[in-house]
Amino acid sequence: MKIKRHGAALGLVAAGALLLTACGSDNNTSNGSSSSGSSSAPAAAVDCGGKPKLAAEGSSAQQGAMDVFIQAYKAKCTSQDLAYNPTGSGAGVKQFNAGQVDFGGSDSALDATKGEVDAAAKRCQSNPAWNLPMVFGPIAVSYKLSNVDGLTLDAPAIAKIFNGGITNWNDPAIAKLNSGKTLPDKKIAVIYRSDDAGTTDNFQKYLTTASKGAWTQGVGKKFVGGVGEGKEKSAGVSQAVASVDGAITYAEWSYAQNNKLSIAKIDTGAGGVELTSDTVGKAIDGAKIKGTGNDLVLDLNSIYGSTTAGAYPLVLATYELVCSKGLDADTTKAVKAFLTVAATDGQAGLKDAGYAPLPKAFQDKLLTAIKAIA
Amino acid sequence: MNDPVAPERSAGTGEPGAGRGASAVRNTSEVPIPPTSEADGKPSVVRPGDRIFKGLATGSGIFIVVLIGAIGLFLIVQAIPSLRIDQANFLTSREWSTGDVHNLRFGILDLLLVTIAVALLALVIAMPVALGIALFLTQYAPRRLARIFAYVVDLLAAVPSIIFGLWGLFVLGPVLTPFAKWLSEHLGGIPLFKQGNVLIELGGTIFTAGIVVAVMILPIITAVSREVFERTPIMHREGAIALGATKWEVVRTTVWPFGKAGYVSASMLGLGRALGETIALTIILSSTIKPFSGSLFDGGATFASKIALAASEFNDPKLVGAYIAAGLVLFALTFIVNAIARSIVAGHKEYE
Repeated sequence: MKIKRHGAALGLVAAGALLLTACGSDNNTSNGSSSSGSSSAPAAAVDCGGKPKLAAEGSSAQQGAMDVFIQAYKAKCTSQDLAYNPTGSGAGVKQFNAGQVDFGGSDSALDATKGEVDAAAKRCQSNPAWNLPMVFGPIAVSYKLSNVDGLTLDAPAIAKIFNGGITNWNDPAIAKLNSGKTLPDKKIAVIYRSDDAGTTDNFQKYLTTASKGAWTQGVGKKFVGGVGEGKEKSAGVSQAVASVDGAITYAEWSYAQNNKLSIAKIDTGAGGVELTSDTVGKAIDGAKIKGTGNDLVLDLNSIYGSTTAGAYPLVLATYELVCSKGLDADTTKAVKAFLTVAATDGQAGLKDAGYAPLPKAFQDKLLTAIKAIA
Repeated sequence: MNDPVAPERSAGTGEPGAGRGASAVRNTSEVPIPPTSEADGKPSVVRPGDRIFKGLATGSGIFIVVLIGAIGLFLIVQAIPSLRIDQANFLTSREWSTGDVHNLRFGILDLLLVTIAVALLALVIAMPVALGIALFLTQYAPRRLARIFAYVVDLLAAVPSIIFGLWGLFVLGPVLTPFAKWLSEHLGGIPLFKQGNVLIELGGTIFTAGIVVAVMILPIITAVSREVFERTPIMHREGAIALGATKWEVVRTTVWPFGKAGYVSASMLGLGRALGETIALTIILSSTIKPFSGSLFDGGATFASKIALAASEFNDPKLVGAYIAAGLVLFALTFIVNAIARSIVAGHKEYE
């Protein structure tokens, strides 16, 4: 009996330890906490206070940025906190509209055809909800190919790789973009996201917009290219590419960096554009807004279809869904404080977490909108 | 579900002292034997304890049946609207495209085949190993060692499946790659080992997945088999030994015939677990658009992993319904497996 009890206790301890490990290994996206360096953004006047613990939920693509924002928020407004639950954009919209969270996170703006706009307005006591594009995450077309660094691709070539039009690394279409490089005669192993993901959706939207008709498969959260094999989550695809020579995938920037994958430059007409915060910032600066007033819904085609020299076009924009009015004063105050911190102090750590900081002009637009929340 | 139990219990506990006293008196004066049997056709004495226990047991029994019925009903109700607008044949189509809710095309054939392939491979690997472990623990190992060993095996069952998944992807997969390559190169003529529809180098194959799931179901099969083998009547064993049987002959003539049904039942339990395994498989298995070709080096998705991969972005009831329909098939499959297990156990009187 004694031995049995000890055994049970031992088992419990071991199981507990394993469970903890499981939790730890699942959330490896955020390296934001390590990056509380000097802030380049102007120190904004933040009116701290209100509801001490905010709740938000939604897009997992912005989780890393949220971690950075939360750190900044806690530093700026002591004793204030926010919990972000990265359950996916669909859940974010649903929970926001149901009034379960103070604001939602989503990879796409509220969709009127699905009734999301009306539901959100209802939640905000008959006030419109605004889509604020707070987080921009570049998607890296990352690959592993021995002895080939700094590969340049353009949208039609990427589209053909991901729909089977190009199957070999030494295809003339790739060679043409990379004169002077020796490309191996090797099969391209396409790796895609097997789970439904906003990243996939944005990547396919980009290909539809920019590939000049080479991508006819359509869009959606499932990969529809029809070639290659799928791995789960960004961590899975990046790890898979890292382990096979000749593999290519699309993933958020931080995953490409963490797995030491090569990132393809994208040629939008004026030579290959490397993925850096500056080139992404340039693309965001060129973004047109199709929402009205402070509802900053982006016209994604203006980013994806960008031909501006030095602008990296493959950028995923994620929104915060907020009520323009209609929440109680306490919550409103805290939401405003959080978003203000996120748009200012929070920008400093974004680069290390794989996101692009907001360019000045865009930041001003956001701050105006945040101020207007009442 | 507590409703039928609660009143019984309160009635019972209302007068425990009185009830016990009365029955004790009756015991000595009228009924010499404790009133547990219904012999002689006399109305037997019912004590509060009987009533409480009967209530609890019946309640639990009804509870589980109602619960399972409710699950089945829920799945059917949720699945039907989507099944009605399914543009493909639900049972025979290999297609799964649910991106456009106005043009849902989904069929479960590939999911079914991959699910069965993974579970069968796991079972084929785990069954003999589990049998060996169980026999070793009950027949060969010294008592003290056996006890420690049993704990270690049970500990395997406590490892969360995400750990198994990560282990399979990062550790086991790369280790198996050369072996898998060798198999597909040298035994490629056998359909089972032919080049599959995903890259062997990535390890996201049914082969890797089956081995990982085998490790996961090992403790279940072992634990149940061990219990059964341990209950071999001592008379049988001693009889065999007295007749001069060797250890192997004792196992063959007494332990095995006695425990066979239990062992099969344990394996079916493991199979049920393998069919439903989710997280480890979402991590390990590479999904692919190409159909399942019958090779161990194919990728794909099982019912459970397919649902898990899509679950985070469910935003339409019709879309959810498509996945729930797949879940319904898994439910039915598991039900059939368990029914087979039950019938095997029921067919062996010595086990009852």
